[in-house]
Amino acid sequence: MSNVLKKNTNELQSAWAKELATAMPTGKGRISAREVEQQTTEFLNLLSAAIGHARNGDISGTEFKPIREFLEGLSRSRVQQGFTSDETATFIFSVKKPLFQAIRVEAGKNADVLADEIWLVTQLLDSLGLHTIKTYQKAREEIINRQQREMLELSTPVVKLWDGILALPMIGTLDSARTQVVMESLLQRVVETGSQIVILDITGVPTVDTLVAQHLLKTVTALRLMGADCIISGVRPQIAQTIVHLGVDLQGVTTKANLADALKLALKRTGSTLQA
Amino acid sequence: MERIPILRMGEFLLVTIQVDIHDQLALNLQDDLSNTILKRTTRGVLIDISALEMVDSFIGRMVSDISGIAKILGAETVLVGMQPAVAITLVELGLSLPGVATALDMERGMALLRRMIDGPQEAHDTVVG
Amino acid sequence: MTQLSGEAPLRSDTDVVLARQLVRRLTLELGFSLVDQTKMVTATSELARNAYTYGRGGTLYWEFVQRDMRRGLKLLFADEGPGIPNMDLAMTDGWTSGHGLGMGLTGSKRLVNEFEIDSKVGGGTRVTIIRWK
Repeated sequence: MSNVLKKNTNELQSAWAKELATAMPTGKGRISAREVEQQTTEFLNLLSAAIGHARNGDISGTEFKPIREFLEGLSRSRVQQGFTSDETATFIFSVKKPLFQAIRVEAGKNADVLADEIWLVTQLLDSLGLHTIKTYQKAREEIINRQQREMLELSTPVVKLWDGILALPMIGTLDSARTQVVMESLLQRVVETGSQIVILDITGVPTVDTLVAQHLLKTVTALRLMGADCIISGVRPQIAQTIVHLGVDLQGVTTKANLADALKLALKRTGSTLQA
Repeated sequence: MERIPILRMGEFLLVTIQVDIHDQLALNLQDDLSNTILKRTTRGVLIDISALEMVDSFIGRMVSDISGIAKILGAETVLVGMQPAVAITLVELGLSLPGVATALDMERGMALLRRMIDGPQEAHDTVVG
Repeated sequence: MTQLSGEAPLRSDTDVVLARQLVRRLTLELGFSLVDQTKMVTATSELARNAYTYGRGGTLYWEFVQRDMRRGLKLLFADEGPGIPNMDLAMTDGWTSGHGLGMGLTGSKRLVNEFEIDSKVGGGTRVTIIRWK
């Protein structure tokens, strides 16, 4: 089988490239002909190296590691180039036709050999195709998660209000992921700016439930451990009630109704005063 | 047996804890500090952990204990320079070191000690409406 | 050829320090964020100390693991100590007293993604934790 591959690499590669072009006309513009050529050639080389070990389409062995990794890289770049998972899997499945042609030629009149080889190749290519789809999906998830994280960071900016005073206007719902991201970047900014006072403004937070209160408490505690003081501003009466009812002990953190009052207090604490 | 050095600066004691303090070393430090506080008039203890990349429950408890012991012996304690990753982890671990005063850096730590020693009323901020 | 698993003794308090350093290296190698590294190293410190102090000495087994396309670090803290008679009680007690065996267990549980404990009276304790990248 690997002989078939080795002997006919060039013809296989160009036949395959033609298949890809017809199967995926929209590929043009997103990917260059040169890139397709490189990828198809490399895949054929890797395939011919691995095919000797093909048994029942099992690709979990170390002999298949290079080809698996190649496909993982391919999936990743396809995701970034904007291809769908179908289009990505087509890369593999479209090699079947040229490959089967080549096998037919090699097998000649020997029907048994023909059947065996085609079955062997089919199993292998199907496994590789499935692997490609799986890794495509994973790669997409990773990219989406990363983009979400970046958006979270952007939507909760830490603002330096004054020398030594940072403010964090929290907007929208405080969920676990957001709080993590926010807490980390906030603490980092405290160290970078040497700010002693942090104003957490929750004016834009609609509800405070146990989870939100706990997250707030964690942020406040972490800040205190580092040596920074916290003032929570934007505490509406309903929220104050909720916090008391929940029995959450804010450990002596001062709360203020609005950001301006919080800033006045912060300035007083740092020894500066605002000239009205 | 190596011990963590304790520096005296007037009425203050300064301890800088470097990385990877093992349990025995921590216990020795507690002993040494208690003894040193008693030797000469000590009003304040500064513990600098800005180089520590990890603080677990043992070290956390050690700091709490030192703070408590120092208080009984007449000295205030300030913990200085906890790194963000360490603070986040400690909180997740469930430790908040309630009785321990903290500061961002040495300079503020000393200022805080001064305020704590010279005027306990001034160390608590009054809420201005 | 990078090592994918290994072990380290937990028979002295120096071993606890070495275990922390080992885990720091391993999490760095896996590319964990600083906070995640710190959480794993801290959990290691707690559990290694338990194995050494309450478990009368034991071993740390580590392994790089993979699930789907996620990579992670799996740590097993095994000792042949007296075991934990009443797990629930131990975990609550530790939590309320703020120190001891339970504190290390409940605390560490919050620092990792997966936590499993298996303990038999007179048969030692095995704590397995996994943190994914």
